[in-house]
Amino acid sequence: MKKEIIMALAISTTNLVKNFDGKNAVNGISLDVHQGEIFGILGPNGAGKTTFLRMLATLTKVTSGSASIFGNDLTKDGAKVRNFIGLTGQYASVDEELTGMENMIIFGQLNGLSKKEAKKRGLELLKQFSLTEAKDKSISAFSGGMRRRLDLAVSLITKPPLIFLDEPTTGLDPRTRGEMWKTIRELVKGGSTIVLTTQYLDEADQLADRIAIIDHGSVIAQGTPSELKNILGETTFELSLIKSSQIKQAKEMIEQKFNIEVIVLPEFATLSIKVTDTKIMTQILLLLETEHIAINEFETRKPTLDEVFLELTGK
Amino acid sequence: MDTTVINKNTTTMKTISLKSWLTDIIVMAKRELLKVKHSPEKLFDVTVMPIIMVIVFSQLFGGAIMGNVKAYLPLVVPGILIQTLVMASGAAGTQLREDLDKGATDRFNSLPISRIAPLAGTLISDIIRYIIAAVFALGTGAALGWRASAGFGWLLVAIGRLAIVTTWALSWLFALVGVLAKGAATVTTISSFLTMFLAFLSNAYIPVTSLPKWLKVIAENNPVSHLITAFKEVAYNGNFGHEAWLVLLISLLIVLILAPVTVLTYSKKN
Repeated sequence: MKKEIIMALAISTTNLVKNFDGKNAVNGISLDVHQGEIFGILGPNGAGKTTFLRMLATLTKVTSGSASIFGNDLTKDGAKVRNFIGLTGQYASVDEELTGMENMIIFGQLNGLSKKEAKKRGLELLKQFSLTEAKDKSISAFSGGMRRRLDLAVSLITKPPLIFLDEPTTGLDPRTRGEMWKTIRELVKGGSTIVLTTQYLDEADQLADRIAIIDHGSVIAQGTPSELKNILGETTFELSLIKSSQIKQAKEMIEQKFNIEVIVLPEFATLSIKVTDTKIMTQILLLLETEHIAINEFETRKPTLDEVFLELTGK
Repeated sequence: MDTTVINKNTTTMKTISLKSWLTDIIVMAKRELLKVKHSPEKLFDVTVMPIIMVIVFSQLFGGAIMGNVKAYLPLVVPGILIQTLVMASGAAGTQLREDLDKGATDRFNSLPISRIAPLAGTLISDIIRYIIAAVFALGTGAALGWRASAGFGWLLVAIGRLAIVTTWALSWLFALVGVLAKGAATVTTISSFLTMFLAFLSNAYIPVTSLPKWLKVIAENNPVSHLITAFKEVAYNGNFGHEAWLVLLISLLIVLILAPVTVLTYSKKN
């Protein structure tokens, strides 16, 4: 039974450490990535995201700790692990002088496909990524966004079940970024597991099923985007009243009855209340109703991932 | 047991064998050649350069050094050939550095290939560049009246068994420079300095007898001088003598020492 659970994990790391010149770039990361999910690794520049990814992609040696990829030990079975992974780095690493198809064939053959198979699969991928115009032309003639897409397409030539994307949209314009997101979502539909690093909160929020926030080489929070938002634990409940003359009365009543702090934003006759228990909101509305304080409108607001991030990293 | 999981995703499991190992190296070499196909200007240093060098040097210095151009050709043509080859061998380092900087090396290292393949591929595709260099340098020389007096067969021996083997060995030195240096520009600077030093402080352009004594000692012991002397001995006299064997021995030593060091540094770099 236990074995089955391990098998269902795409990645499992225990206390993974990478030391560079006496300093721990990755300082004991333990996490599990399930099959078929998009796992986001979020953190500021220099937090250790890329180093962590490089260890998992067998590019850099693990200093201590252990990790397994589909049940294969990362340090002992590196060669085998490389069959399961596709890597797209921070910079487009395809050969710009070469055509789209030539790049496909080279990477296909290096992955063990025959030239014919590589060609066939390359053609499929070029179509899938709307790159057919780059088939017989040097990549250097195309935009940065296209190069990134080709870079991603190339890493999919053998349909790897696990794909590492290191900051896949850094430096892309908003439109191309949107296209990249779409592509990434489609990959998961095909059954792949994706681990992506990003420093964009909205990217993690949009794409990731689960997120680990990394700072100074350690995981400081982990969970689904909404779980992380709940870390701050508060929903902001904002009420605006029709009569601004009643605002002081309303504030005092609510504070007394529920023993919570109410902030008054006088210019809009608005009360802002941070609530941890959503039931209080209904009770507040009922209280105001019985006291004949008419409400103009109200809204609730969850904290943004930005707020969570800033709170956690203390920046 | 892993297959139950992986099957879903139809992963191609690559079997590592001697054949796959060779294929990887050939594919990596092909990659370099495709680059040349798309940017033929990358062959400037092994085509246009040797043509110009042979013409300019023979016409410019022929009279001054040997009295006339024809008498200078036997000295300068092998000199320029070897100089071109030595300089061409420096390009390997720049190429490796560019791949490291661009992230291409990372990409390759995440593939199920032998880690030596990218390095070996680059160095093997270079051999084709060396052959091109030899054809252009010697072809220009021949057009001006230079002859390999021992005949075509011995000339091929001199090129294939001596000049190219030695240059290839030397390219490991520049590969190491490429792996160690900070950027592609640094590699080019270091390689140019080394190749200039090796080529000019030798018997490539002048008879060393004309040099001041201290310089003569340096020039005579320069490995490039040994190579040029050996080349002439084979191409002119049809004699693969002790000088030639000495040069091959030095080349073998260079490869035996530098190849493991370079490969180790290259994979340790991560």
